Amino acid sequence: MDTVTQQRVKARAGIFGHPAIDCDVHPAVPSVKTLMPYFDEYWREQFIARGIDRLNFVMTSQPPNAPITSRPDWRLPAGAKPGSDPAILGKHVLDAFGSSYAICNTIHGSLALHSDDMAAVFARAINDWLAKEWLDRDPRLRASIVIPLENPEFAVEEIERRAGDKRFVSVLMLVMGEQPLGRRTHWPIYKAAEKYGLPIVVHAGSTYRHAPTSIGWPSYFLEDYVNQSGAFESQLLSLVAEGVFSKFPGIKFVFAESGFCWLPAFMWRANKTWRGVRMEVPWVKQYPAEIIRAHVRFTIQPIDAPPEPGDLERIVEQIGSDDVLMFSTDYPHWQFDGTDALPKALTGSLARKVLWDNALATYSRLEVNA
Amino acid sequence: MSWHVVAKVGEIEPGTSKVVTVRGRELGVFNVKGDYYALANKCPHEGASLCKGRIIGLAESDEPGHYRLTRQGELLRCPWHGWEFDIRTGQSWCDPVRTKVKAYHVKVETGEEVEKLGDKSKGPYIAETFSVSVKDNYILVDV
Ligand code: FES
Repeated sequence: MDTVTQQRVKARAGIFGHPAIDCDVHPAVPSVKTLMPYFDEYWREQFIARGIDRLNFVMTSQPPNAPITSRPDWRLPAGAKPGSDPAILGKHVLDAFGSSYAICNTIHGSLALHSDDMAAVFARAINDWLAKEWLDRDPRLRASIVIPLENPEFAVEEIERRAGDKRFVSVLMLVMGEQPLGRRTHWPIYKAAEKYGLPIVVHAGSTYRHAPTSIGWPSYFLEDYVNQSGAFESQLLSLVAEGVFSKFPGIKFVFAESGFCWLPAFMWRANKTWRGVRMEVPWVKQYPAEIIRAHVRFTIQPIDAPPEPGDLERIVEQIGSDDVLMFSTDYPHWQFDGTDALPKALTGSLARKVLWDNALATYSRLEVNA
Repeated sequence: MSWHVVAKVGEIEPGTSKVVTVRGRELGVFNVKGDYYALANKCPHEGASLCKGRIIGLAESDEPGHYRLTRQGELLRCPWHGWEFDIRTGQSWCDPVRTKVKAYHVKVETGEEVEKLGDKSKGPYIAETFSVSVKDNYILVDV
């Protein structure tokens, strides 16, 4: 190898000694005004007339000044929304970690709109904006397609619209929406996703159609954040029980910001219970754990942070697969300090799989340039 | 292992079972569409009396929302936690390799044959409560 190639390989190998794909970073739409060029005349007029152009569309769980919303050293000057500058994001997450690619999951308040038409118009504008202001600017960026969550017909139209652009590598949904994700209402979305090789990214967050916990409305962010994993468990069960993976054997789901240390106990419980009641779901022909290992992937940040490195090793063993975890930073949210995004317990070939192979196997549209 | 006479043919109707005790072991003898099978009357999970469970068919599906019941009368559902077992083999439907109910060989012999073979040392053994008549046929279990 000549020195230039060596240097390049070293640069690509980043800080972990192996190239990485960051499966969860968050560009922020600075304001509705930013999106104005991407709306047609009717909607531009409407948004101005109705004052919607002045709304900030920030998700309730991530107000800009809440501590987890942004790591202090990742905050932007002049109070700009954390994550709203592509050049800085490139520096903070791609350069800093030596990641070759980062997948943008744009969590925008318009996901919670009740009007199907307006939700579709926003999704389309956000995707256009992502393509032009982010993907065009940095060839290392990829994105999940933002869809109107409650109208599958419109969602499929949006997926079709982006299908030709390979930089869109997945479809974004939220873990808490109107209905459980396994329900047949959503199947047209899964059908399109399977057709185009787009995994469904289920991201933490709620459209607050229901209380974000099954016991009612909580009072504090502590509850909102920790309870997310409960919602992921419910969705996982819904997807398995309703037969999404029997109907769409080619589909993959990525659970982003779900944590994963709860998985072993969940799998044991689901397996055990399935044996007694599987007659009501005869399309579930394997242990739920086997189905999950084949179809569902989990991003590593925020990690549930078991106190000892050995605990994490044991959990990965109990999950029973090296294929399910994928590297993420969750930029700009504050989940770790410095560059400690990859837990120390993940080493050797497992680290390689988490940093690179598992994402490549999951995001089939991600073409890697040699 | 030796053969034991456990019931008279006709005594166990198709789709039903009879609990018998042979050499201190409790077994269920099942009539599945005219064929006889014997299983230990003890669920390999937590030990429920399997014969108290329902005899059912196999729920199958080609895709979500499509239901089919096949192999009617060939499965047994544990009364405690609902695990399904194949009466013919004792295998659990969900975990056929690792979870099995002990299954015993069963055969049918004429009363004449039973009397002829009935030898104290080799069997078939006939319980004292049981009288064999040459006119009938008998179900024997190898225990
Ligand atoms: S004891 Fe039979 S299923 Fe539990």
